[in-house]
Amino acid sequence: MRHIISVLLENESGALARLVGLFAQRGYNIDSLNVAATEDPTLSRLTLVTHGNDQVIEQISKQLHKLIEVVKVSDISEAAHIERELMLVKVKASGNQREEVKRCADIFRGQIIDVTPATYTIQLVGTSDKLDAFIQALGTTPIMEVVRSGASGIARGEKTLAL
Amino acid sequence: MTSQTQPDDKSADSTRATEMLSGAAMVIRALADEGVEYLYGYPGGAVLHIYDALFQQNKVKHVLVRHEQAATHMADAYARASGKAGVVLVTSGPGATNAVTGIATAYMDSIPMVVLTGQVMSHLIGGDAFQETDMLGISRPICKHNMSVRRPEDIPYLIKKAFHIAQTGRPGPVVLDIPKDMTMPNQTFAYHYPAEINLRSYQPKLKGHSGQIKKAVTALLAAKKPILYAGGGVIMGGASNELTELAQLLNLPVTNTLMGLGAYPAGDKQFIGMLGMHGSYEANQTMHHADVILAVGARFDDRVTNNTKKFCPDATIIHIDIDPASISKTINTHIPIVGLVQPVLTEMLEVLKQKKKKLDSGALEQWWQQIEQWRTVHGGRYDNTAPLLKPQYVIEQVSKITKGEAYVCSDVGQHQMFAAQYYKFNKPNRWINSGGLGTMGFGLPAAMGVKLNYPDADVVCVTGEGSIQMNIQELSTCKQYGLGVKIINLNNGYLGMVKQWQDMNYESRYASSYMDSLPDFVKLAEAYGHVGIRVTTPEELQPALERAFALKDRLVFLDIHIDPKEHVYPMQVPGGAMNDMFLSKTERT
Repeated sequence: MRHIISVLLENESGALARLVGLFAQRGYNIDSLNVAATEDPTLSRLTLVTHGNDQVIEQISKQLHKLIEVVKVSDISEAAHIERELMLVKVKASGNQREEVKRCADIFRGQIIDVTPATYTIQLVGTSDKLDAFIQALGTTPIMEVVRSGASGIARGEKTLAL
Repeated sequence: MTSQTQPDDKSADSTRATEMLSGAAMVIRALADEGVEYLYGYPGGAVLHIYDALFQQNKVKHVLVRHEQAATHMADAYARASGKAGVVLVTSGPGATNAVTGIATAYMDSIPMVVLTGQVMSHLIGGDAFQETDMLGISRPICKHNMSVRRPEDIPYLIKKAFHIAQTGRPGPVVLDIPKDMTMPNQTFAYHYPAEINLRSYQPKLKGHSGQIKKAVTALLAAKKPILYAGGGVIMGGASNELTELAQLLNLPVTNTLMGLGAYPAGDKQFIGMLGMHGSYEANQTMHHADVILAVGARFDDRVTNNTKKFCPDATIIHIDIDPASISKTINTHIPIVGLVQPVLTEMLEVLKQKKKKLDSGALEQWWQQIEQWRTVHGGRYDNTAPLLKPQYVIEQVSKITKGEAYVCSDVGQHQMFAAQYYKFNKPNRWINSGGLGTMGFGLPAAMGVKLNYPDADVVCVTGEGSIQMNIQELSTCKQYGLGVKIINLNNGYLGMVKQWQDMNYESRYASSYMDSLPDFVKLAEAYGHVGIRVTTPEELQPALERAFALKDRLVFLDIHIDPKEHVYPMQVPGGAMNDMFLSKTERT
């Protein structure tokens, strides 16, 4: 099953390498990974999407906890949460396809953020599922390039992952 | 952390109370303040400033090995015997990579160690400089934590932090990488060694959850077929007394893992031997049929459980461990207790004493009768009628002559299993072996590390002609420091464990397991200035051992020629349950 794991990490050199190395060493999957410093520059917030059975997910969470630089770990997909991913897609858009691509982007509430006579670059934000669906919906439109940020997540309500 | 201080700071006079030290001097001073007596290492370019600082003081003594791997094993074995972190100092590049096997060995067995590795100058890092290697990258998966020095004034803090992390929680090795420019002798900084370290991201649990402890006691008291399964956590956690008290209060049968030997005295009737792949018949049977397993500081390793799907089908499992990740990792635990084993066992004892209840005595009586019956099936027998010396017999004699109280440092292979099975460990911290990584070459340096720190104790290195040659150069270090280790070389001319597997699984095709062109070990020992004795018949053994142990201060190399055909039994049948075992070359359960 797909899980979204949030980690608060000391913003120190080597900490991220240690965390990513853990996944490689122990054969866990990383579907996506997204990391940046928080409002407190000494802390990084990391969102990691992975999949595995309950036992594997439990081990991932425990092994992450064991890393000295990891301050907090939470599987936010265990409870109500919000998930967002940013995608930039560059597509060939000429002739009558140009209008079709724009319509499709509008339906998905995407924005065209760069234009050339033959291309559009579309920005789309949503759950990873929604981004997948958009790529499907583009159908025969030739995709030149896709950049995805990986999911970021946060718990709903008053629950927080903070010091 | 301390604030940045300029190298030519004139304020030294105004802060007379603060000592100004170079980075190199701070390294050594911090070790002294940590109470470190011995530093095991090997000099080289990147650590020369530190070696010079070492030379100018006499609190921390340096032991010069002949290969960096030996330095790590010496420090590791000191930690296993004393419970305190051993300390290693090596140079960058090959010095650091030579230490890798020793770091991994300590990591796999959760042994506290602080390894200081030299590094090229900061401005050269990343440029493929001479003797540069990314030691942080290399050691990351094989140590508990690693760090590098970025500012010389941070050295005392980082050294304290290294000891703190190495010795608390689930112990392990910590690597501190020190670029050469952090130790310049002409730049001094205010020295302050912190009394303690508090890390927001690392708060190891100490006490166990009281509710869980009560639940565990209730489950234990309801047991009809209990067993206590104790591992290395009891040794490193210093909980041998509490474990023994608990076992004796409830009359529980006790099995120890390879790492836990000595946690419960082998001479006691409640001890039913080691469990697992080469465990005793009675220990593996008792485990398999148990209804409650109390696992203490053990991790359900694959060399214990055999096929996890067939593991102990009827058992309720109580698991006490400091590491939450060890719980339900391979075997599902019913009552987990996360905490240090010593306070958890103490609390369990208190709860038990308050309850004033014991187990159902009738059921326990029956259980013990069953166990005693299992004891008679194999009971550590071996064929002692052959004219050739049997390795089991050698270990039994060593056990007798040292009264089960020697420090026994083992290499890896058949001799290791024979030592584990036939030496009667009556005290904790006496059995020192590489259980997790299985490092050949561990035994001799380990014995050296123990002998140096416990000069009056009998220290034995049980090895084979394969393992001993992996660090034989250390005979020279033994001479330099007068380390009177007794080497029991069980010489069968083969890599015995490899040969055993080739006998059992490859129709005796001995691919590269025959040790051709062996040296004359007696002459070799003599060449290094030690005593060598060759033993080829059973009659020669006793007098040779007596002579060896009488020579208190001398290293004695006993080259003992044993039966090359001997296998280690019992041996679990691969893919089977705990109690599926080969009992000899012709019998299986």
